Amino acid sequence: MGRQPVVEVRMRVNGVMESLDLEPRVSLLDALRERLGLTGTKKGCNQGACGACTVLADGERINSCLALAVQYDGREITTIEGLGGGEGAHPLQSAFVRNDGFQCGYCTSGQICSAIGMLAEHGAGAPSAATEHLSADTIELSDAEIRERMSGNLCRCGAYNGIVGAIREVAAAVPGEVGRDAMEPVTEPAMETAMETVR
Amino acid sequence: MKAFSYVSATDVPAALRAISTEPNAKFIGGGTNLVDLMREEIERPDTIIDITRLPLSGIEELPGGGVRIGATVRNSHLAAHRLIRTRYPVLSQAVLTGASAQLRNMATVGGNLLQRTRCLYFYDGAAACNKREPGRGCDAIGGFTRNHAILGASEACVATHPSDMCVALAALDATVVAESIRGVRRIPMTEFHLLPGETPDAETALAPDELITAVELPETPVAATSAYRKVRDRASYAFALVSVAAALETGDGAVSAVRLALGGVAAKPWRAHLAEQVLLGAPATEESFQRAADAELAPAVAQSQNAFKIELARRTIVATLRRLLTDGSAA
Repeated sequence: MGRQPVVEVRMRVNGVMESLDLEPRVSLLDALRERLGLTGTKKGCNQGACGACTVLADGERINSCLALAVQYDGREITTIEGLGGGEGAHPLQSAFVRNDGFQCGYCTSGQICSAIGMLAEHGAGAPSAATEHLSADTIELSDAEIRERMSGNLCRCGAYNGIVGAIREVAAAVPGEVGRDAMEPVTEPAMETAMETVR
Repeated sequence: MKAFSYVSATDVPAALRAISTEPNAKFIGGGTNLVDLMREEIERPDTIIDITRLPLSGIEELPGGGVRIGATVRNSHLAAHRLIRTRYPVLSQAVLTGASAQLRNMATVGGNLLQRTRCLYFYDGAAACNKREPGRGCDAIGGFTRNHAILGASEACVATHPSDMCVALAALDATVVAESIRGVRRIPMTEFHLLPGETPDAETALAPDELITAVELPETPVAATSAYRKVRDRASYAFALVSVAAALETGDGAVSAVRLALGGVAAKPWRAHLAEQVLLGAPATEESFQRAADAELAPAVAQSQNAFKIELARRTIVATLRRLLTDGSAA
């Protein structure tokens, strides 16, 4: 193990500006869990195959285990701890409880962060591999679409029916579209609009 | 993971200077493959040069009618872009069948081109692998070969290239734009990846100090009727056993234009020139599709456990063309 300069990484995590001195090899997942104590985000496979580590970076869902924290300098990160807050549980959290969207719960933080990112993508008109007409302006969020769009989050307990049910319930409560150009990355205001609508 | 130092480049000249002066340096985009390979210590760079802040994230129309895709465009943004969805649906579909939404949000176009094989023996440091350690041998041959090549393999290596995006790019005659301190070079997509031969460690035509800055798509009217079909062990989030990128145009009952490429079958995205030659001008019928598939797969050689892929590739070619003929899309 060679010497390695420490780099200052500044990120807004769940609305709080954080400054960390990190070796460049530290993953975003380890920075969140080990340095910031945000252990809601889980380490499952640590190789991008399970989705348990899913967080939102500027509103877009990513696998924090394959992200080097240093590459996210200056970005806004949202973890499961950043949802709901003082107003109680986030609607997706409540829907997961109502729909039995989990058993052991290990994948749940990743499922919920992923679902928030997914709803924003769908609201922006992004297609998926399940989309029949790629050129369509609006895509109905069918169960097949939900399953395909959520396929990056595995659940070893097999609570998939409950997960799909929870997401379907919250998606149905969202009136209209977020309304942003599909080619643009999710912007912070667009994300906030999405969050407002699902609350 | 071995320690390394980190440099973030803010413009292309700075990135090119860094790669030519830092010893044992690598560029990093989304990191979805490189970070994993570094964690396994298959990749051991001393320096990584972050290129995600370079101004290469645009998708724009070219004066000649084509489209230029910046190297740091995220896979998800590429697939969702209107120009790609309407003019090159095969490319949107291919990207959308790859990986997961989270990974597509991270992965860049340049990084997708440079991702390395998912051969289990390449990943397993205890296994012999000529790609990882030239001259060491290949434990995949005679081993678990469900995901291995049936075309273009050698006695040194039977690994496949894992990308879906690249299969569509090969069908679309894309060009990879590469820059170094020596200048700009344009590499045809079909010549970008290399077959293993006796040197499976050499995987692409890219020089170590070259940076992919863009991928260019020529104007391709036939691509308006195009589709990507992927066959895999589960419905989503798995690498292809076999995939087909196809574009088809017919007139007076005959094939007037066709593009065909296969994924999951070789160390490179496999442009099916033999099949295209059979199809061009032939009646647009099931029989022609079958003859074309037979012609392309005639040289196929099975490994111990993947003979089924030859028939699977044949049937997937025919099914994709049939669907394009009847529905105008395979989606």
